[in-house]
Amino acid sequence: MKAKFTAIADHALLVQFSTELNDEAHDLVLALDQALSDAPPDGMIEIVPALVNLLVDFDPMVSDHATIEADVRAKLKQLVPASRQGTTHRVPICYEAPFCPDLPAVAQTSGMSEEAVINVHLSGEYRVMMYGFAPGFAYMAGVPGPIQVPRKPTPVRDIPACSVIIAGPQCLITTLVMPTGWSIIGRSTVQTLTGDPDQPFRFDLNDRVQFERIDLTSFDRLTRETVHG
Amino acid sequence: MVDAKLRVSFAGPLVTFQDSGRPGHMRYGVSPSGPMDRLSFAAAHRALGNLAEQTCVEISLGGVQLECREGNVSLAVTGGDFSVDHGGQKGGSWCVLTLRQGEKLSIRAGASGSWAYLAFAGELDADTWLGHSATHASSGFGGGAIRSGQMLIVRDARTCPDRIGAIPMFSDIGNEPIRVVIGPQDGHFQKGASHKFVSEPYTLTDAYDRMGMRLTGPKLALNAALSIPSEPIVRGSVQVSGDGGATILLADHQTTGGYPKIATVISCDIDRLVQSRAGQSVKFVAVSANDAIAITRKDAAMRREYLDRVSVPRGTLEQRLLGENLIHGELNT
Repeated sequence: MKAKFTAIADHALLVQFSTELNDEAHDLVLALDQALSDAPPDGMIEIVPALVNLLVDFDPMVSDHATIEADVRAKLKQLVPASRQGTTHRVPICYEAPFCPDLPAVAQTSGMSEEAVINVHLSGEYRVMMYGFAPGFAYMAGVPGPIQVPRKPTPVRDIPACSVIIAGPQCLITTLVMPTGWSIIGRSTVQTLTGDPDQPFRFDLNDRVQFERIDLTSFDRLTRETVHG
Repeated sequence: MVDAKLRVSFAGPLVTFQDSGRPGHMRYGVSPSGPMDRLSFAAAHRALGNLAEQTCVEISLGGVQLECREGNVSLAVTGGDFSVDHGGQKGGSWCVLTLRQGEKLSIRAGASGSWAYLAFAGELDADTWLGHSATHASSGFGGGAIRSGQMLIVRDARTCPDRIGAIPMFSDIGNEPIRVVIGPQDGHFQKGASHKFVSEPYTLTDAYDRMGMRLTGPKLALNAALSIPSEPIVRGSVQVSGDGGATILLADHQTTGGYPKIATVISCDIDRLVQSRAGQSVKFVAVSANDAIAITRKDAAMRREYLDRVSVPRGTLEQRLLGENLIHGELNT
């Protein structure tokens, strides 16, 4: 798979492996991300890995596009698949009212009962593909086909943090009160932004998430425990 | 040394704590934030002898009013052309003054500019997130928004009599077009779109905040049936939505997005761009990536020289008058 390089302004280089979503391109993103993290070129400030491309942000006082590109090309020649196996996180989710306003609509669209939608959602293994949009928004792939639903035509405002939302094959746990056009099917007790300075973000790229169902009573108890530390 | 305490008697929307920003977390969805106009921010600190990374108050067109409740503290106001009222004495931004206990300070939108910076001689207290007080406005993470009724605390407040007076302004290139590097998705647009973007004027709308500024002007038509996988965004990315309208993403930008980007503003022109106001016209000009690097390096050298100049104390009034040999009998009376 050939990489395409594009200069961005005076301080970044975009490395693109594909123009469409595919696993091979994403694996290359992960491998290059690791290679660059392990041996950063001079002047590199940060790497922003996405789905099929990756951005290298650099200090224009120290480096330039051509130098960064040469470094990336050299790394691509001897690229090995990312060795880091993602951690699997068990994440509690409550599918009860008032946390699941869109569960009936998802059930209707997929032609199954709400209970069946919940079981299908629980059966999925979710993989963290990319962060984006807002702090701590980890986009996960892995929503099983039968419950994949399109985005709503109009976003709904003021969706609380920790809402579990789905659209197409993607699932995410919100971190802020925000509008969303995705379907809200549950609420988690787990914050992606941990508040722990040593590990402020719960998930790394390529981590897996396994949802575990809890009832409202457990949700209330876990939430109280979180609040009281 | 002692603390100074200032009560915020009024703060408009989007008045926030900002330090130099928190780079390094874009991979987790966190844009660096920090000041919209980085040069004015640095000048405010350097004019007081501070480190240019410290926390300051970023002031929007909404303005701010403070009352010094305890202590005396020197402060610097930079950015745009705002109106500064210090206990009835009126002036503009780009000054250092000392606010004493009981005195009031008001900073309001003036003739031009969208963002002003208020730095204090001392350490301004603010909450931090990921080690920085820079406020990510839409989430409130970092120091956060400053609200009416709040108390600002300046630790180890100093007065700097040898720094009082006007702060020289950076002689930038004024109203010259904003320089962009075309791409990365110029190929997703209909033929001639990128030429249109850099040859016709655009107007800044009032859809302007720390996340971005929306422009009106000639539509930039996309190729049909477009869908690109989400990809990284930087400060200065010019993204174009389905209706052909352009938005320039700024300090609190989202870190990835699926709208194609026709161009990216080069880093050293962003400070100039963000001081524009709704209704003002903006012109863009394309430069190559290599030229962009050369321009930035040259500009950085000028900024360094400028900030070094700003940071030199000018001496007390008496010293300055002596230095300029202007002491006459009548002044001593």
